[in-house]
Amino acid sequence: MTVASSGSATLTLPTDEQILITREFAAPKHLVYKAWTTPELVKRWWNAKRGEVTIAEIDLRVGGKWRWVMIADGGLEVGFHGEYLELVPDERIVTTEVYEGLPDGVSEEEGGTVNTATFVEADGRTTLTLLIQAANKTSRDAIIDSGMEAGLQDALDLLEQVVLSLD
Amino acid sequence: MARAATTADAFNAVAEPRRRQILDALAGGERPVNELVHLLGLAQPQVSKHLRVLREVGAVDVRDEGRQRLYRLNGNALRPIHDWVKNYERTWSERFEALDVVLDELKQEEQGDDSGE
Repeated sequence: MTVASSGSATLTLPTDEQILITREFAAPKHLVYKAWTTPELVKRWWNAKRGEVTIAEIDLRVGGKWRWVMIADGGLEVGFHGEYLELVPDERIVTTEVYEGLPDGVSEEEGGTVNTATFVEADGRTTLTLLIQAANKTSRDAIIDSGMEAGLQDALDLLEQVVLSLD
Repeated sequence: MARAATTADAFNAVAEPRRRQILDALAGGERPVNELVHLLGLAQPQVSKHLRVLREVGAVDVRDEGRQRLYRLNGNALRPIHDWVKNYERTWSERFEALDVVLDELKQEEQGDDSGE
């Protein structure tokens, strides 16, 4: 059976401190929520096909902590952790999120974000909106820059493969 | 950050909310200055100042038609910004593609449960 393609994610920058990601899934919202809140399932998708998720700890209650860690194919370990601020089963998850590789001198308050994931279902399909609220524009831009680095790393990996294939 | 802090930079040009409003307005098509003044509710000199910054980075083009100056969007100049967010967006796109596979399995499991298997 082929996986129903649900289109690509769209990303916008509503304000200088925010990132908004939206994506539709061909599944009801209770399943999307389940995939987002069940460690064994998080381990299967959060790697972004770029490595292995080694830790997916989820204490699913308001005030509970979460910590997700992945080892990228190049060996780089990236970890994030935070706390659940609000949980509406099947509908809404609000968490803090802190990247564990923040530069020296950047506090968790300054470098961390508050992420709000909302799941809205229509006709058996679910629209996810993920709003990432940073403390300021510098932090917001740094998050986007991190994607830039990952993209660059991919490009370098690809280049390496091409070079190796040349013998 | 690698970007230079100069006004001749698309990132700076769109950092100002009013200038983003102008770009949004021009996304719908070419407009004369007085329409932009009306839409933004700003004084003409302010609008002209913003338009000048946008012109300097090539984000808008201008042409004269009779007595009117018509402005239009030039998407190519905004490409660096598009490229900038694109890589971050791709990380999430790849996560979501993996999530599609997980969801598909969960749906099949549920259907299996319903039929009593």
